[in-house]
Amino acid sequence: MAILTKEEAKKIIDKVLAFSKADEISASLSGERTGNIRYARNSVSTSGETTDLSLSVTAVYGKKSGTATINEFDDASLEKTVRRAEEIAKLAPDNPEYMPMLGQQSYIESKAFIENTAAIDAEYRAKAAFSSIDPCAKKNLTAAGYMEDNSGFSAQGNSKGLFGYNKSTSVDFSVTVRTADGTGSGYVARDYNDASKLSTQTATEIAMQKALASVNAKALEPGKYTVILEPTAAHDLVQNMMRSMDARSADEGRSFLGKKGGGTRLGEKLLDERVTIYSDPANPEIPGAPFAADGRPQEKVTWFEKGVVKNMYYSRFWAEKKGVKAIPSPGGFIFEGGNDSLADLIKGTEKGILVTRFWYIRSVDPQTLLYTGLTRDGTFYIENGQIKYPVKNFRFNESPVIMLNNVEAIGKPVRTNGSLIPPLKIRDFTFTSLSDAV
Amino acid sequence: MLPGFATGRPVSPEAFLVPGDDVVLKKRLADAALNAAKSKGASYADVRIGRYLNQYVTTREDKVENIVNTESYGVGVRVIANGCWGFAAVVDAKNEAQLAKAAEEAVAIAKANSKLMKEPVQLASQKGFGEVSWKAPIKKNAFEVPIKEKVDLLLSVNDAAMKNGANYVNSILFQVNEQKYFASTDGSYIDQDIHRIWPLFNVTAIDPKTGKFETRKSLSAPMGMGYDYLQSNPADKITGVTTRYNKGYDMLEDATAAAQQAKEKLTAKSVEAGKYDLILDPSHLWLTIHESVGHPLELDRVLGYEANFAGTSFATLDKWQSKNFQYGSKQVNLVADKLQVGSLGAVGWDDEGVNTKQWDLVKDGVLVNYQAIRDQAHIIGAKESHGCCYADSWSSVQFQRMPNVSLAAGKTPLSVEEMIKDVKKGIYIIGDGSFSIDQQRYNFQFGGQLYYEIKDGKIAGMLKDVAYQSNTQEFWNSCVQVCDERDYRLGGSFFDGKGQPMQASAVSHGSSTARFNGVNVINTARKI
Repeated sequence: MAILTKEEAKKIIDKVLAFSKADEISASLSGERTGNIRYARNSVSTSGETTDLSLSVTAVYGKKSGTATINEFDDASLEKTVRRAEEIAKLAPDNPEYMPMLGQQSYIESKAFIENTAAIDAEYRAKAAFSSIDPCAKKNLTAAGYMEDNSGFSAQGNSKGLFGYNKSTSVDFSVTVRTADGTGSGYVARDYNDASKLSTQTATEIAMQKALASVNAKALEPGKYTVILEPTAAHDLVQNMMRSMDARSADEGRSFLGKKGGGTRLGEKLLDERVTIYSDPANPEIPGAPFAADGRPQEKVTWFEKGVVKNMYYSRFWAEKKGVKAIPSPGGFIFEGGNDSLADLIKGTEKGILVTRFWYIRSVDPQTLLYTGLTRDGTFYIENGQIKYPVKNFRFNESPVIMLNNVEAIGKPVRTNGSLIPPLKIRDFTFTSLSDAV
Repeated sequence: MLPGFATGRPVSPEAFLVPGDDVVLKKRLADAALNAAKSKGASYADVRIGRYLNQYVTTREDKVENIVNTESYGVGVRVIANGCWGFAAVVDAKNEAQLAKAAEEAVAIAKANSKLMKEPVQLASQKGFGEVSWKAPIKKNAFEVPIKEKVDLLLSVNDAAMKNGANYVNSILFQVNEQKYFASTDGSYIDQDIHRIWPLFNVTAIDPKTGKFETRKSLSAPMGMGYDYLQSNPADKITGVTTRYNKGYDMLEDATAAAQQAKEKLTAKSVEAGKYDLILDPSHLWLTIHESVGHPLELDRVLGYEANFAGTSFATLDKWQSKNFQYGSKQVNLVADKLQVGSLGAVGWDDEGVNTKQWDLVKDGVLVNYQAIRDQAHIIGAKESHGCCYADSWSSVQFQRMPNVSLAAGKTPLSVEEMIKDVKKGIYIIGDGSFSIDQQRYNFQFGGQLYYEIKDGKIAGMLKDVAYQSNTQEFWNSCVQVCDERDYRLGGSFFDGKGQPMQASAVSHGSSTARFNGVNVINTARKI
């Protein structure tokens, strides 16, 4: 029941629209089934499954809007919800930045729904956890992990003729493996739309190797180092930059994309010329949603091309004010790369540090996009193309903008947290102190 | 810790004034679940009937951006069967049959999970309290204040900031009311009414010539109070280099100061990196306490249950067992507490029916205890829980959450002015800023809102680009003085995150201004 077909969803939405007397009305219907299993100390701690189906109705009078939701779908309940949204709208203050609802749109067909992910049950989850715990227990290692699967749909329609429907599935898995004495720790994370691509055992084996290899880490002096960032580590810093590309903040002069004397850095070369980042909801490896929450179509957008800022994202209000196309913020993004694997990057490195992941990344200065955080769960010293020994974790203070001007090599992108991210080799990455944490 | 968001269904603000179900109905529903659980073989069961009200008002400059009103109602049933936990929840449950069914599901889950169990749950015993209740001692229920009054306040705050030189200002008012009913097979039926409020703003000043911008956040604290927190009261003001607030927040005055200070920051001196003596105001120090004391002393982290997300802890059991692990200097007394009036953590009973209390975590610098709930107490040889179990919703499983953790005020009379007088080369930090700490809570870095250079016992002007890095044990051992109780204030987090799936919790941290000698300060200025 949680996942309605396009026809079932449209029927309910059309009913809602017909009940309204407001200037404008929109209805958004979504349902999902989410399951999870969590384990620690080689034992399952919690697991569960929830389903949800809910309708949200927004009524508008002039520049006043009101929203009400319900999870019952008989005619009386639907009408009651419409009336409630209308009442709330009448009481709301004017929103001077209100934008009239969009009319009919054309959306791509998403390929994000995979039947076998939607079929995951408690037994599947227990097996997935066992396949991760068992190899660890056999080697006297300790696993703590989490897997969450989701299948759902969302549909929206409004009184201006807009209608969109999409369904998707996903599975996210991560595990931290530690040695029994707590002196070694390894981590791996995987995410897919298609659960048949996930082997928790194969993934866990990587975390096990890292845990065993990270025992007896040596302390290196903090300073500037050449680093190889695995995609998980690269993702977290690059994503922080991608989330800061709001055009209004830049126009207002409070963003890294603001310019001395006013205006934005659109069209300026800000990063190394090998850096091209775009988003594409039709990409088969990271199929995205066809529309944003406000109904705007998601399309292929280039954000950085050969290091040049090509686009920023806009609210509809700000785009109209500036007379430009209102590009919504993307779901996942694609960082273009070459064909080198992580192993190839390591092989080509004379001296450097391999970083598995970062932890507790927080903004230090939004002006320069300076972030601080730490390495975690597998940090190694590389010499003459080989991993030599584990090193103690470092705290870094670095900006993705500075980092992407210090590019040595870009590897082959792999799916990471819903984006396609290559391993990156970066020179002069700034580590400012050492951490005793394992 | 992570920002949170409203959950629940949108409702009209009038819905907040409709009283929840009466305790007679709630007791009947709870008994249906408890009896069903017992008849299916549960050795223990508890029921939480929860109604959660949230109202968030957000504005920028002269505009209301959003008003969110939500309500969430449902029931969570937790049981022990075959020695294993099981949990089931049901939305909008209004009759005994729904409750009984949830209890049966919870028992079935417990029995299924018991096959994978390594050792049975050992639950610390807890006496039942019969039918009791607790209400947060608020003076003015924020949900009874008309929205217009709140909107007018925020817009006047924004106006004050703009008139004093701000280029932009965002302001928010968060209000939460948890109406929780707990019942267990121990014989407790506990009805509680909890209120939280958090007014905050962020002011931005821009220098168009250089393209630089600076911000200054409000110096308010999220509190376990009603709308009375927004009543300005001279007795709650701490004057000095800038005004700070105790249990009465003057938002308008703070916004005026913030705009002037954000502008002043644009031309402030960039700090020279090096070792400084730090004077840390309670509006700043709460976050350092939260990250470097509150989290590492959560027993589930120490044991490895959070290893895949939040991490583990350097404060391992052997350090505690040694009875001589010097967490900090002799001046450092860190206290866990679920009683403090006006704090975010204060309740009468926790979410597994344990009466709340206060206990020492670090006494005269030595690690003496952790934060433990009923199924953990035996691990540290305790006979009873500390009463710090919490779930952020009726639909979430309750687990160990941080109580208020505070630095006790110094016993010797000492004012901030007297403390600063003795500092040759130091930095006085006010307000919380950037924060980051490793997964075992050794290495951390913190920024603030306002930084003042101290030279030869005097404030020598404003600094910028300041962050300090240290190691938890080294830092707390460098604490040489704590001001007395006249300076004691609460800070806190409205949305502390923990667990997978993540749950939010609100927690306060009190302190007086404290001095830490020889801390490493870095310069965070960069050019892009």
